[in-house]
Amino acid sequence: MAKAKFETPAFRPYPVIPIIKQGVMKDSRSFVAKPGMQESLGYPGELVDNWQEVAINKLGELLTKYRSLRVYLDTCVKCGSCTDKCHYFIGTNDPKNMPVGRQDLLRQVYRRYFTLAGKLFPKLVGAKDLTRDMLDDWYNYFHQCSQCRRCSVYCPYGIDTAEISMAAREILDSVGYGQKYCNEIIEKVFKIGNNLGLPGPAIRNTLEGLEEDIKDETGVDVRLPLDEEGAEILFIPPSADFFVEPHVDGLIGYGKVFHQAGISWTMSSHASEAGNFGMFIGSYENMRRVSMRIREAALDLKVKRIIFGECGHAWRVAYAFLNTLAGPFDFLDQRYPIPQHICEFTYDLIQKGALKLDKSANDHRRITYHDSCNVARATRMGNKPGGQFVIPREVIKACCNHFYDMPSDTIYDETYCCAGGGGLLTDELMEVRVKGALPRMEALKHVVDNHQVTHMAMICAICKSQFTKVVPYYGFDMDQIISVHQLVGDAIVLEPNDRS
Amino acid sequence: MATIEVNGKAVELDEEGYLTQLSDWSEEAAAILAGQDDIELSDSHWEVIKFLRDYYDEYQIAPAVRVLTKAIGKKLGKDKGNSKYLYELFPYGPAKQACRFAGLPKPTGCI
Repeated sequence: MAKAKFETPAFRPYPVIPIIKQGVMKDSRSFVAKPGMQESLGYPGELVDNWQEVAINKLGELLTKYRSLRVYLDTCVKCGSCTDKCHYFIGTNDPKNMPVGRQDLLRQVYRRYFTLAGKLFPKLVGAKDLTRDMLDDWYNYFHQCSQCRRCSVYCPYGIDTAEISMAAREILDSVGYGQKYCNEIIEKVFKIGNNLGLPGPAIRNTLEGLEEDIKDETGVDVRLPLDEEGAEILFIPPSADFFVEPHVDGLIGYGKVFHQAGISWTMSSHASEAGNFGMFIGSYENMRRVSMRIREAALDLKVKRIIFGECGHAWRVAYAFLNTLAGPFDFLDQRYPIPQHICEFTYDLIQKGALKLDKSANDHRRITYHDSCNVARATRMGNKPGGQFVIPREVIKACCNHFYDMPSDTIYDETYCCAGGGGLLTDELMEVRVKGALPRMEALKHVVDNHQVTHMAMICAICKSQFTKVVPYYGFDMDQIISVHQLVGDAIVLEPNDRS
Repeated sequence: MATIEVNGKAVELDEEGYLTQLSDWSEEAAAILAGQDDIELSDSHWEVIKFLRDYYDEYQIAPAVRVLTKAIGKKLGKDKGNSKYLYELFPYGPAKQACRFAGLPKPTGCI
């Protein structure tokens, strides 16, 4: 558990294309899933004897199932546009962390077994056999991709490395070679209901304590309800919001917003997790099983609306896939977005003048905003293009007098990942996480130096946890990471509410 | 699989240095695990470790950070009821490092 030994990259005077260092991250490897975890997800417990055959068959199956995968594997022209766009390549210099280098690990095998030229003249077309070394390279380097999709923004063909990495992980799972971090978490969702493994009584105990804290601090009874049948809104936070800082202050912020809105809401101990790691491992079936809990909770609690908390990839699953995975949601109130993001909800209230906000409560803070990858590049908020960028910023600006954006090529759809997403938020990958955070840290330093920014706000549980861990390596303080809804919660002028 | 020797008996650890069996925990084991992180356990550490173990007994999970800071604050005074105090005791984070010394499973998830 001692701190890993590696050097934190130095800030660069200006961004340059990194010098290649072949294989330097080859040994940076996350722990392999235990047999029980694998089996809970419907995969073989350990590496099967005929793994090569199973892997190739699985790749064949995925190529038929997802046309996009075949297109991505076929169309790369090696133009080089993506090479220096990945934060992991920028931070580690390992060419297999170039998006094209990462894709090629799968592409070479695809060519060998699924194209005529690769079957006949493998050497001429860069086709390679699926050897044990290749399988290990898949395991290591597809778990050094946070599936953030920044590279796809720059690819002239729109090749989506995330989808390739998801396919590779699904193949690895199907041969019994899954990753412990993701699969242990998915197993906990199935067994207990959330990524953390918080049983209902522990959630209730935690929420009661927080209600007391709010009452002590504000003198107002703000409720954080759990499992209350007949509430208007089912609210789904990431379970980290119950458990750690700075997330928990965001949870308090949501509670204050609902309180001021005067609307009945509830969380659920059955669907106590917004996150859905089924997406990270590319497994439609596991993603569906996790999503179904939300449908079940919505029906059981007889709610009219579903709102998601600050969790980046959850919003991608919710916005893009939930209806297909767990729909139809014809039993919900059709006048509202299904589902809705908490930032949309808060923004609507602000627009209607329904929240009394005292911006000066945040005057001791100078804020910048980190666009989380999945929200930025895979979803939308509100009813206008770019709403996922504008709405969180408008919410912040309604609560704070001092807001400054980071450089334009590091935000919006060009945002740099926190470097802990996609199933990489595990201690044994700390070197990858710290090094991959370099470009975001450089952008933060820019606004700290030029605008005296004190806090970086965000709306993703993984981003918050990742940054609180890695910013100290770059000379910042973990307290500089903050939830958007903490800013809201601190600015809200609370009034006693008859319905609470 | 790594092991530590506690009172002459080999005790199994997982790859992240956590006890694999809750029942293997003892005060001696806690001291050895802390020693691996160059920490000598003081009374202040024991307060936290004991609270974690009691909470785990009741809820089958370690306490959320606010539950812990509140309990410590009530017992030892408000100036200690915050995560800064806990990070001084457990520099790698109260959630993960203190659980390891207390013999509890590592908390998982987006933390």
